[in-house]
Amino acid sequence: MDFDARIPIYFQIIEKIKKEIILGKLQRGEKLPSVRSMASELKVNVNTMQRVYQELEREGITFTQRGTGSFVTEDNGMIQKIKDDMAQGLIKSFVEGMKELGFDREGIIENVNEYIEEA
Amino acid sequence: MELLKVENVTKKYITKKALENMNMTIEEGKIYGLLGPNGSGKTTLMKMIAGLIQPSSGKIEIMEKKIGKESKQMVSYMPTSNHLPKWMKIEQCIGYYDDYFEDFDREKAKELIDFMGLKENLKVGALSTGMLGRLKLSLVLSRNAKLYVLDEPLNGIDPISREKIMQTILNACQEENTVIISSHLVKELETILDEVIFLEKGNVVLSGNAENFRIEKGMSMDELYREVYKDA
Repeated sequence: MDFDARIPIYFQIIEKIKKEIILGKLQRGEKLPSVRSMASELKVNVNTMQRVYQELEREGITFTQRGTGSFVTEDNGMIQKIKDDMAQGLIKSFVEGMKELGFDREGIIENVNEYIEEA
Repeated sequence: MELLKVENVTKKYITKKALENMNMTIEEGKIYGLLGPNGSGKTTLMKMIAGLIQPSSGKIEIMEKKIGKESKQMVSYMPTSNHLPKWMKIEQCIGYYDDYFEDFDREKAKELIDFMGLKENLKVGALSTGMLGRLKLSLVLSRNAKLYVLDEPLNGIDPISREKIMQTILNACQEENTVIISSHLVKELETILDEVIFLEKGNVVLSGNAENFRIEKGMSMDELYREVYKDA
Protein backbone atom coordinates (compact mmCIF):
# COMPACT_ATOMS: atom_id res chain seq x y z
CA MET A 1 0.00 0.00 0.00
CA ASP A 2 1.32 3.45 -0.94
CA PHE A 3 0.80 6.06 1.72
CA ASP A 4 0.57 9.83 1.54
CA ALA A 5 3.09 10.73 4.25
CA ARG A 6 1.31 14.03 4.94
CA ILE A 7 -1.80 12.25 6.21
CA PRO A 8 -1.71 10.10 9.36
CA ILE A 9 -0.90 6.55 8.31
CA TYR A 10 -3.49 5.03 10.67
CA PHE A 11 -6.17 7.18 9.09
CA GLN A 12 -5.34 5.90 5.58
CA ILE A 13 -5.46 2.30 6.74
CA ILE A 14 -8.88 2.87 8.35
CA GLU A 15 -10.20 4.23 5.04
CA LYS A 16 -8.82 1.21 3.20
CA ILE A 17 -10.50 -1.20 5.61
CA LYS A 18 -13.79 0.69 5.40
CA LYS A 19 -13.68 0.41 1.60
CA GLU A 20 -13.03 -3.31 1.82
CA ILE A 21 -16.06 -3.71 4.07
CA ILE A 22 -18.30 -1.75 1.70
CA LEU A 23 -17.08 -3.74 -1.29
CA GLY A 24 -17.61 -7.00 0.57
CA LYS A 25 -13.92 -7.95 0.41
CA LEU A 26 -14.26 -8.11 4.16
CA GLN A 27 -17.53 -9.82 5.01
CA ARG A 28 -19.91 -9.11 7.87
CA GLY A 29 -18.69 -10.92 10.97
CA GLU A 30 -15.38 -11.86 9.34
CA LYS A 31 -12.31 -12.09 11.54
CA LEU A 32 -9.62 -9.52 10.85
CA PRO A 33 -5.97 -10.64 10.70
CA SER A 34 -3.99 -10.05 13.90
CA VAL A 35 -2.52 -6.60 14.46
CA ARG A 36 0.97 -7.97 13.98
CA SER A 37 0.32 -9.78 10.69
CA MET A 38 -1.63 -6.84 9.28
CA ALA A 39 1.22 -4.48 10.25
CA SER A 40 3.73 -6.77 8.63
CA GLU A 41 1.65 -7.06 5.45
CA LEU A 42 1.23 -3.30 5.08
CA LYS A 43 4.83 -2.67 6.25
CA VAL A 44 3.83 -0.31 9.02
CA ASN A 45 4.58 -0.03 12.68
CA VAL A 46 2.67 -2.30 15.08
CA ASN A 47 1.64 0.69 17.21
CA THR A 48 0.14 2.37 14.15
CA MET A 49 -1.86 -0.78 13.46
CA GLN A 50 -2.93 -0.95 17.09
CA ARG A 51 -4.31 2.55 16.71
CA VAL A 52 -6.24 1.47 13.58
CA TYR A 53 -7.88 -1.41 15.42
CA GLN A 54 -8.72 0.74 18.44
CA GLU A 55 -10.28 3.40 16.26
CA LEU A 56 -12.31 0.88 14.23
CA GLU A 57 -13.67 -0.55 17.43
CA ARG A 58 -14.42 2.87 18.90
CA GLU A 59 -16.44 3.72 15.78
CA GLY A 60 -18.35 0.45 16.10
CA ILE A 61 -17.04 -0.89 12.79
CA THR A 62 -15.42 -3.89 14.45
CA PHE A 63 -15.84 -5.64 17.77
CA THR A 64 -13.42 -7.65 19.83
CA GLN A 65 -14.04 -11.05 21.26
CA ARG A 66 -11.83 -11.69 24.23
CA GLY A 67 -8.95 -13.91 23.25
CA THR A 68 -10.11 -14.55 19.70
CA GLY A 69 -9.52 -11.28 17.90
CA SER A 70 -11.32 -8.49 16.03
CA PHE A 71 -14.36 -9.08 13.82
CA VAL A 72 -16.23 -6.92 11.30
CA THR A 73 -19.58 -5.74 12.63
CA GLU A 74 -22.64 -7.81 11.70
CA ASP A 75 -24.83 -4.75 11.81
CA ASN A 76 -26.06 -3.94 8.28
CA GLY A 77 -27.09 -0.48 9.39
CA MET A 78 -23.50 0.22 10.40
CA ILE A 79 -22.15 -0.92 7.05
CA GLN A 80 -24.68 1.31 5.30
CA LYS A 81 -23.59 4.17 7.54
CA ILE A 82 -19.92 3.72 6.58
CA LYS A 83 -20.96 3.81 2.93
CA ASP A 84 -23.07 6.93 3.44
CA ASP A 85 -20.27 8.67 5.35
CA MET A 86 -17.74 7.94 2.63
CA ALA A 87 -20.20 9.10 -0.07
CA GLN A 88 -20.81 12.31 1.87
CA GLY A 89 -17.06 12.90 2.04
CA LEU A 90 -16.67 12.51 -1.72
CA ILE A 91 -19.67 14.72 -2.49
CA LYS A 92 -18.49 17.41 -0.10
CA SER A 93 -15.07 17.74 -1.67
CA PHE A 94 -16.57 17.61 -5.19
CA VAL A 95 -19.23 20.26 -4.52
CA GLU A 96 -16.72 22.53 -2.78
CA GLY A 97 -14.38 22.19 -5.75
CA MET A 98 -17.16 23.02 -8.22
CA LYS A 99 -18.27 26.04 -6.17
CA GLU A 100 -14.70 27.30 -6.19
CA LEU A 101 -14.83 27.13 -9.97
CA GLY A 102 -17.98 29.30 -9.86
CA PHE A 103 -20.68 26.70 -10.59
CA ASP A 104 -24.07 27.13 -8.94
CA ARG A 105 -26.51 24.36 -7.99
CA GLU A 106 -27.95 23.97 -11.49
CA GLY A 107 -24.53 24.11 -13.09
CA ILE A 108 -23.19 21.36 -10.84
CA ILE A 109 -26.18 19.06 -11.43
CA GLU A 110 -26.06 19.69 -15.17
CA ASN A 111 -22.38 18.80 -15.30
CA VAL A 112 -22.88 15.64 -13.28
CA ASN A 113 -25.78 14.53 -15.51
CA GLU A 114 -23.78 15.16 -18.66
CA TYR A 115 -20.81 13.27 -17.31
CA ILE A 116 -22.87 10.25 -16.27
CA GLU A 117 -24.63 10.10 -19.66
CA GLU A 118 -21.32 10.22 -21.55
CA ALA A 119 -19.58 7.70 -19.34
CA MET B 1 6.99 2.57 30.35
CA GLU B 2 10.20 4.56 30.47
CA LEU B 3 13.18 2.66 29.16
CA LEU B 4 15.92 5.23 28.72
CA LYS B 5 16.54 8.57 30.31
CA VAL B 6 19.12 11.15 29.22
CA GLU B 7 19.60 13.88 31.83
CA ASN B 8 21.59 17.07 31.28
CA VAL B 9 24.17 15.23 29.23
CA THR B 10 27.12 17.15 27.83
CA LYS B 11 29.94 15.64 25.82
CA LYS B 12 33.02 17.74 25.16
CA TYR B 13 35.79 16.81 22.83
CA ILE B 14 39.02 18.78 22.85
CA THR B 15 37.94 21.34 20.30
CA LYS B 16 34.14 21.21 20.41
CA LYS B 17 31.01 20.20 22.27
CA ALA B 18 29.22 17.26 20.64
CA LEU B 19 26.25 17.31 23.05
CA GLU B 20 25.16 20.18 25.18
CA ASN B 21 22.90 19.71 28.20
CA MET B 22 20.72 17.17 26.41
CA ASN B 23 17.54 15.76 27.93
CA MET B 24 15.26 13.06 26.53
CA THR B 25 13.28 9.99 27.51
CA ILE B 26 12.61 6.90 25.44
CA GLU B 27 9.65 4.62 26.10
CA GLU B 28 9.38 0.88 25.74
CA GLY B 29 7.83 -0.75 22.67
CA LYS B 30 8.31 2.05 20.17
CA ILE B 31 10.45 2.83 17.14
CA TYR B 32 12.27 6.15 17.39
CA GLY B 33 13.84 8.12 14.59
CA LEU B 34 16.88 10.10 15.73
CA LEU B 35 17.08 12.69 13.00
CA GLY B 36 19.41 15.51 12.12
CA PRO B 37 22.19 16.61 9.78
CA ASN B 38 25.79 15.44 10.13
CA GLY B 39 27.42 16.79 13.27
CA SER B 40 24.16 17.19 15.19
CA GLY B 41 25.22 14.61 17.79
CA LYS B 42 23.39 11.46 16.67
CA THR B 43 26.39 9.13 16.68
CA THR B 44 27.83 10.57 19.92
CA LEU B 45 24.52 9.97 21.70
CA MET B 46 24.19 6.44 20.32
CA LYS B 47 27.72 5.50 21.35
CA MET B 48 26.97 6.76 24.83
CA ILE B 49 23.78 4.72 25.07
CA ALA B 50 25.80 1.69 23.98
CA GLY B 51 28.33 2.44 26.73
CA LEU B 52 31.27 2.97 24.36
CA ILE B 53 31.98 6.53 25.43
CA GLN B 54 31.23 8.41 28.64
CA PRO B 55 29.42 11.73 29.03
CA SER B 56 31.55 14.64 30.25
CA SER B 57 28.69 15.51 32.61
CA GLY B 58 25.08 14.48 33.22
CA LYS B 59 23.76 10.92 33.30
CA ILE B 60 22.13 8.28 31.13
CA GLU B 61 20.03 5.51 32.66
CA ILE B 62 18.50 2.42 31.09
CA MET B 63 15.72 0.88 33.16
CA GLU B 64 16.91 3.02 36.06
CA LYS B 65 20.46 1.69 35.88
CA LYS B 66 23.43 3.85 34.99
CA ILE B 67 25.22 2.93 31.78
CA GLY B 68 27.64 0.13 32.58
CA LYS B 69 28.09 -3.60 32.46
CA GLU B 70 24.42 -4.34 33.15
CA SER B 71 23.04 -1.81 30.69
CA LYS B 72 25.38 -3.08 27.97
CA GLN B 73 23.61 -6.42 28.14
CA MET B 74 20.31 -4.72 27.37
CA VAL B 75 21.58 -2.72 24.39
CA SER B 76 22.37 -4.09 20.95
CA TYR B 77 24.27 -1.48 18.98
CA MET B 78 25.00 -1.30 15.27
CA PRO B 79 27.77 1.17 14.39
CA THR B 80 28.02 2.87 11.00
CA SER B 81 31.46 1.44 10.35
CA ASN B 82 32.25 -2.20 9.69
CA HIS B 83 33.15 -3.89 12.97
CA LEU B 84 33.55 -7.38 11.49
CA PRO B 85 37.00 -8.68 10.42
CA LYS B 86 37.31 -9.01 6.63
CA TRP B 87 38.79 -12.51 6.77
CA MET B 88 35.81 -13.99 8.63
CA LYS B 89 33.18 -16.03 6.88
CA ILE B 90 29.56 -15.22 7.75
CA GLU B 91 29.27 -18.48 9.69
CA GLN B 92 32.28 -17.44 11.78
CA CYS B 93 30.66 -14.05 12.44
CA ILE B 94 27.65 -15.92 13.83
CA GLY B 95 29.97 -17.95 16.09
CA TYR B 96 31.78 -14.78 17.18
CA TYR B 97 28.52 -13.09 18.20
CA ASP B 98 27.32 -16.28 19.84
CA ASP B 99 30.48 -16.45 21.99
CA TYR B 100 30.41 -12.80 22.84
CA PHE B 101 26.75 -12.16 23.68
CA GLU B 102 24.79 -14.31 26.10
CA ASP B 103 21.46 -13.21 24.62
CA PHE B 104 22.44 -14.11 21.06
CA ASP B 105 19.97 -16.40 19.27
CA ARG B 106 21.91 -18.51 16.75
CA GLU B 107 18.79 -19.90 15.07
CA LYS B 108 17.32 -16.44 14.62
CA ALA B 109 20.60 -15.23 13.09
CA LYS B 110 20.62 -18.10 10.58
CA GLU B 111 17.00 -17.36 9.66
CA LEU B 112 17.64 -13.63 9.24
CA ILE B 113 20.80 -14.16 7.20
CA ASP B 114 18.89 -16.50 4.93
CA PHE B 115 15.98 -14.02 4.65
CA MET B 116 18.51 -11.32 3.75
CA GLY B 117 19.71 -13.48 0.86
CA LEU B 118 23.20 -14.09 2.28
CA LYS B 119 25.20 -17.32 2.18
CA GLU B 120 27.04 -18.41 5.30
CA ASN B 121 30.20 -19.42 3.45
CA LEU B 122 30.83 -15.90 2.10
CA LYS B 123 33.71 -13.87 3.51
CA VAL B 124 33.06 -10.43 5.02
CA GLY B 125 35.71 -8.95 2.73
CA ALA B 126 33.83 -10.17 -0.35
CA LEU B 127 30.51 -8.52 0.52
CA SER B 128 29.11 -5.44 -1.21
CA THR B 129 28.08 -2.46 0.93
CA GLY B 130 24.45 -3.55 0.79
CA MET B 131 25.26 -7.13 1.76
CA LEU B 132 27.47 -6.00 4.62
CA GLY B 133 24.71 -3.72 5.87
CA ARG B 134 22.28 -6.65 5.80
CA LEU B 135 24.76 -8.89 7.65
CA LYS B 136 25.48 -6.31 10.38
CA LEU B 137 21.78 -5.78 10.96
CA SER B 138 21.02 -9.53 11.02
CA LEU B 139 23.62 -10.05 13.75
CA VAL B 140 22.58 -7.06 15.82
CA LEU B 141 18.88 -7.96 15.68
CA SER B 142 19.58 -11.59 16.61
CA ARG B 143 20.36 -10.57 20.15
CA ASN B 144 17.36 -10.62 22.47
CA ALA B 145 18.05 -7.09 23.67
CA LYS B 146 15.71 -4.56 25.29
CA LEU B 147 17.00 -1.77 23.12
CA TYR B 148 18.35 -1.82 19.56
CA VAL B 149 20.44 1.19 18.62
CA LEU B 150 21.00 1.38 14.88
CA ASP B 151 23.31 4.06 13.54
CA GLU B 152 22.41 4.88 9.93
CA PRO B 153 21.26 1.38 8.91
CA LEU B 154 20.10 2.67 5.50
CA ASN B 155 23.11 4.75 4.52
CA GLY B 156 24.73 3.60 1.28
CA ILE B 157 22.26 0.73 0.96
CA ASP B 158 20.55 -0.09 -2.34
CA PRO B 159 16.72 0.10 -2.53
CA ILE B 160 16.16 -3.68 -2.47
CA SER B 161 18.33 -4.12 0.60
CA ARG B 162 16.61 -1.15 2.21
CA GLU B 163 13.23 -2.80 1.89
CA LYS B 164 14.49 -5.99 3.53
CA ILE B 165 16.20 -4.02 6.27
CA MET B 166 13.05 -2.04 7.07
CA GLN B 167 10.95 -5.18 7.17
CA THR B 168 13.42 -6.83 9.54
CA ILE B 169 13.49 -3.81 11.83
CA LEU B 170 9.68 -3.77 11.93
CA ASN B 171 9.55 -7.44 12.85
CA ALA B 172 12.21 -6.95 15.51
CA CYS B 173 10.22 -4.36 17.42
CA GLN B 174 7.89 -6.21 19.76
CA GLU B 175 5.92 -4.77 22.65
CA GLU B 176 8.72 -5.25 25.11
CA ASN B 177 11.61 -3.82 23.12
CA THR B 178 12.55 -0.56 21.56
CA VAL B 179 14.43 0.57 18.46
CA ILE B 180 16.32 3.82 17.92
CA ILE B 181 17.31 4.49 14.30
CA SER B 182 19.47 7.42 13.29
CA SER B 183 19.14 8.69 9.78
CA HIS B 184 18.94 11.66 7.51
CA LEU B 185 16.93 9.62 4.99
CA VAL B 186 13.60 10.49 6.59
CA LYS B 187 11.50 9.59 3.55
CA GLU B 188 12.50 5.95 3.83
CA LEU B 189 11.43 5.76 7.45
CA GLU B 190 8.07 7.58 7.27
CA THR B 191 5.80 4.60 7.78
CA ILE B 192 7.83 2.77 10.39
CA LEU B 193 8.57 5.45 12.99
CA ASP B 194 6.42 6.00 16.07
CA GLU B 195 8.35 8.94 17.41
CA VAL B 196 10.75 11.44 15.89
CA ILE B 197 13.54 13.30 17.69
CA PHE B 198 15.24 16.12 15.83
CA LEU B 199 18.76 17.01 16.95
CA GLU B 200 20.66 20.17 16.21
CA LYS B 201 24.09 21.19 17.50
CA GLY B 202 24.03 18.61 20.25
CA ASN B 203 20.55 19.21 21.52
CA VAL B 204 16.92 18.19 20.94
CA VAL B 205 15.13 20.88 18.96
CA LEU B 206 11.82 19.08 18.45
CA SER B 207 10.38 15.69 19.35
CA GLY B 208 7.02 13.96 19.32
CA ASN B 209 4.72 11.34 17.84
CA ALA B 210 4.93 11.14 14.03
CA GLU B 211 1.18 10.61 13.54
CA ASN B 212 0.35 13.53 15.82
CA PHE B 213 2.71 15.78 13.86
CA ARG B 214 0.88 14.74 10.68
CA ILE B 215 -2.46 15.65 12.27
CA GLU B 216 -1.29 18.97 13.74
CA LYS B 217 0.89 20.18 10.91
CA GLY B 218 -0.39 18.32 7.86
CA MET B 219 3.22 17.57 7.03
CA SER B 220 5.19 14.42 6.32
CA MET B 221 8.20 13.81 8.57
CA ASP B 222 10.38 14.57 5.56
CA GLU B 223 8.74 18.00 5.20
CA LEU B 224 8.98 18.58 8.93
CA TYR B 225 12.69 17.76 8.73
CA ARG B 226 13.16 20.40 6.03
CA GLU B 227 11.19 22.90 8.10
CA VAL B 228 13.24 22.24 11.26
CA TYR B 229 16.60 22.60 9.50
CA LYS B 230 15.73 25.29 6.97
CA ASP B 231 18.04 27.82 8.65
CA ALA B 232 20.75 25.32 9.54
